[in-house]
Amino acid sequence: MDISIRHAAEMFALALITVASTSEAQIGETGKLRLTGGVNSVDGVAGGGLTPWAVIGSNATADQVGAAPFGTVVKSKDYQLGTAGGAVGIRDRVELSFARQDFNTMATGAALGLPNLHLKQNIYGLKVKLSGNAILNQDTWMPQMAAGVLYKDLDAGGFAPTLTALGADDHGADFYVSATKLYLSRGLLVNGTLRLTKANQNGLLGFGGTAQNDYRPMAEGSIAYLFRKDLAVGGEYRMKPDNLNPSILGVGLKEDDWHDVFVAYAPTKNISVTAAYAGLGKIVPAIQPRTQAGFYLSGQVSF
Amino acid sequence: MKRLLLGALVVFLLGAVHGTRVAAADDDLYTAFGGKTGLAALMDDFVDRLVIDSRTKPFFEHADLDNLKTQLTDQLCALSGGPCQYGGKDMKTAHQGMSIRTSNFNALVEVLQQSMDAKKIPFTVQNRMLALLAPMHRDVITK
Repeated sequence: MDISIRHAAEMFALALITVASTSEAQIGETGKLRLTGGVNSVDGVAGGGLTPWAVIGSNATADQVGAAPFGTVVKSKDYQLGTAGGAVGIRDRVELSFARQDFNTMATGAALGLPNLHLKQNIYGLKVKLSGNAILNQDTWMPQMAAGVLYKDLDAGGFAPTLTALGADDHGADFYVSATKLYLSRGLLVNGTLRLTKANQNGLLGFGGTAQNDYRPMAEGSIAYLFRKDLAVGGEYRMKPDNLNPSILGVGLKEDDWHDVFVAYAPTKNISVTAAYAGLGKIVPAIQPRTQAGFYLSGQVSF
Repeated sequence: MKRLLLGALVVFLLGAVHGTRVAAADDDLYTAFGGKTGLAALMDDFVDRLVIDSRTKPFFEHADLDNLKTQLTDQLCALSGGPCQYGGKDMKTAHQGMSIRTSNFNALVEVLQQSMDAKKIPFTVQNRMLALLAPMHRDVITK
């Protein structure tokens, strides 16, 4: 994608969020119950921290439009990821989302002869609710179902030629279906997601590779327990492909699954803060052989 | 024969599940809400809040509040396994023509949560009652 198209797409996403906030104000106060819209994942979509849920983001219910801007920082031992963006929920049926990720490669970039290397990625999401109601249909086991697509556009800077040599594309799409259910009488929220993806490290190391270039189904799951109406704790697991293993760097780009444990706190209906301890496995073990564990902090405002 | 055995097993399991459901409909939720006295006090507080909260107020302008409190008490009493019979209108008839949106329904749930908090009902017990009330959204939400 060339720069002007990328810029136009960003402007479009911003305009969408602005329009959504305005029309929300015209329609009136939006009315979802606290924490039931999930938070924004690192990819911008409504869900847990790592994985999409079948819920539609923002506070908007069936006759409303709402928005949920967010910011997230993940700091592991050797890397740092900053994400900002937002989701727009339309009539509790369709969700449009946008996230801009900035991955600071820190010492690894320098070791590769690319000091101050930042991998930047724009993620555009569309999610459609297919059936069910995760929150209100408490008399059935049937979850809420949704399907979505995430289009990811990577700007790898000075690392781009290396990715090309590894056989990885600089853009790609994830396709997923999610099933989410709140078992209210037990205070448990459960989500399962199946994602078809070629993304290496969520797309920050491109899409596909010489060793493996097909879409692969990856299972993801979240479970959360509601302690109070403003406080949930839980955990997530996300399988990832391993397309760059082996590569011209041998096992040096081997990739691991992700998991986390989190606490989400919503002091008001419009604000939530999520703190997590994330296990991200090894990231570019050729340079950083140790496991990347770290803290995840995210803030969200939703209308 | 195999099929027949399988059929018998399914019937048995269904019966077992059904039996469990009947057994689960005991009165411990009713008791946790303080029985009829507790529920009456809760509904008293709830209806008083409903007519004050700007989000729910418009829906109760022409309501007979004392009758509403009685009906709600009976309804929650029966729902939670108490020895009551709800004699009021069914949910669909009761809310006909009221143009109730999901956001209005959720606002009412929030007001009920406020009342349950005020009556010091534990969060987990609140959720058991809300889980019984939530499916009513199909009949209550009309718009």
